[in-house]
Amino acid sequence: MSLGRLILHELRYRRLNFLLGVLSVGVAVACLTAALAILHKHDRRTDQIIAAKEEVTRKQMATMTDDYRKITLKMGFNVLILPKDQNLSDLYADDFATKYMPEEYATRLAKSRVATINHILPTLQQKVKWPERERTVLLMGVRGVVYTQSKTQKPLLEPVASGTMTLGHELARSLTLNPGDKTKLMGREFTVAKINPERGNKDDITIWINLAEAQEMLDKKGLINGILALDCTCDTVDRLALIRAEIAKILPDTQVIEFASQAIARAEARTRAGIEAEESIRREKEGRAKLRAEREALVAVLVPVVVLGCAVWIGFLALANVRDRRNEIGILRALGLRSRQILLIFLGKAAVIGLAGAALGYLAGRLIGMAWRDTPGAPPIEMALIEPGLLLLILAAAPVLAALASWLPAMMAAQQDPADVLREE
Amino acid sequence: MPLLELHDLSKTFAGPKGEVRAVANVTLSVEPGEFVAIRGPSGCGKTTLLLAAGGLLAPDSGEVRITGEDPYRLSPEQRAQFRAERIGFVFQQFHLVPYLDVLDNILVPSLASGRHDGRQQAEELAARFGLTDRLHHVPAQLSTGERQRAALARALLNEPKLVLADEPTGNLDGDNGQVVLRCLAEFAKNGGAVLLVTHDPMAVTVATRSLYLRNGKLEG
Ligand SMILES: Nc1ncnc2c1ncn2[C@@H]1O[C@H](COP(=O)(O)OP(=O)(O)O)[C@@H](O)[C@H]1O
Ligand SMILES: [Mg+2]
Repeated sequence: MSLGRLILHELRYRRLNFLLGVLSVGVAVACLTAALAILHKHDRRTDQIIAAKEEVTRKQMATMTDDYRKITLKMGFNVLILPKDQNLSDLYADDFATKYMPEEYATRLAKSRVATINHILPTLQQKVKWPERERTVLLMGVRGVVYTQSKTQKPLLEPVASGTMTLGHELARSLTLNPGDKTKLMGREFTVAKINPERGNKDDITIWINLAEAQEMLDKKGLINGILALDCTCDTVDRLALIRAEIAKILPDTQVIEFASQAIARAEARTRAGIEAEESIRREKEGRAKLRAEREALVAVLVPVVVLGCAVWIGFLALANVRDRRNEIGILRALGLRSRQILLIFLGKAAVIGLAGAALGYLAGRLIGMAWRDTPGAPPIEMALIEPGLLLLILAAAPVLAALASWLPAMMAAQQDPADVLREE
Repeated sequence: MPLLELHDLSKTFAGPKGEVRAVANVTLSVEPGEFVAIRGPSGCGKTTLLLAAGGLLAPDSGEVRITGEDPYRLSPEQRAQFRAERIGFVFQQFHLVPYLDVLDNILVPSLASGRHDGRQQAEELAARFGLTDRLHHVPAQLSTGERQRAALARALLNEPKLVLADEPTGNLDGDNGQVVLRCLAEFAKNGGAVLLVTHDPMAVTVATRSLYLRNGKLEG
């Protein structure tokens, strides 16, 4: 004989009292479990939606970045670094810079690995008379690309070997020069290595030669008058300010200008699109958070009300049970059971009701939660029937709460004076 | 040493028509082997006297000693333990636990004493009271005689020295009443002490001593 055996026999004997208790705990636990499942589904759906949106945005941005990269490559260099004291009016009037800086600046810039620009190309440029051909041409000494961000990037400009020249389209056409032809420039002999395609700007009357040769010919040993670069696809609207700030740190006595181009518009569009996408994701998150808050608010009201109702109901059931069992309590006490044991009999019974109700309620609530479609039409979110942590928590908490709800009636039972019952005839 | 001593015991209740002296200055002692029957009409204070003697109702004045010890000097929980170990109770209403079978009902006192080896003894008691065929019947399936015998078996499980019986034959027919009375007499013969309160004149035939209670006062 044991208290547990006594409790179980009594449960079987007063089935209705037991079933009503289990039902009540079951409803409360089912409410809670279903609510948690629904909130969980909501969160999972939110993650899905946001992830999908971010993926779309990421792809969009990748496409735009790629477009931009292609355009900038087509357009050529769009950043020009000049000596600080170069007057820009003179530059635009003369088509070349008249102030010089050490060639070493380009290497320094390249070595410092600035993130905002790419493809650093030191140049020495001057408008000169081509004495042998009686033409005014732009002579451009180039050393080839000093630095690109990634080794796999193709240089924007092929280096020009010494003794060779690359010709602008208009020059080659009007002078009928073809690759492989030899021609004299300022007394030196050059082989035409390449003719550039028509670009519709002053590139068409430009001669590209090796930088070192140009420095000798123009008597500007170790000097250059510009560094061309390509700005990176950085995400800020005001890229130029960033580039300027970065370069100013490395080469304080220079200035930076950016050629307005379609590429800039594209870059700006891309930046704006990025901001808009971020904004849209933020709005989506906000919307989902609002929906969650609404659902949470409902749960926060519903669940406590149901749990409280259940607790009150369990308390009343226990009270009815205590009244039914007055005689039994009296005789048990007379036979020497301590009031603590009487308390245990009623709390134990409540705990069994709580446990049974918790198991049933968990299953019911979880099944409801699993069946619930959070977004009609969307693929359903899968959920396991058993979530061990939650199940264990509920199985532990429900008996404790049921026992607490029965506490007062159980105390009354424990305090009952056996003489009151035994006196009755 | 007497198994039960009541000394100048009094208990008064506040009734609707003033105070009721249910028990008035009762002095009594019951030795081992004695079967004391106290008779009296309904309302004369029999139950009150019995409950007071059994450590279930504290008297207003006077003293109770069971095997030399006053149960009302103990804490309520100790007193419960004390009852479990030393007193067997039998009541008119049987007071069996309705959802337990006969065997479990007989074993209920082991919940209080904490004994776990009671089963064999319970079966022996059941056999002694002719309940072997009824071990797994619940009280509702028993005759009244069987119920009272089950209650008697329960009262004896913890081998008390003292049995207190309140109208044990009140709900039984003559034959069944006789059986119960004879069982109690046998218990006394084996060295126990029985205090029985009743208005059944038949009890006198088996008792070793017979007393009369009138308005709470004991008469010889
Ligand atoms: N708790 C109580 N409150 C008030 N009066 C009581 C109480 N218990 C018993 N009485 C009164 O005490 C007297 C004796 O009662 P009781 O001992 O039950 O008598 P008996 O068992 O002989 O019929 C009766 O008048 C009864 O009404
Ligand atoms: Mg009575």
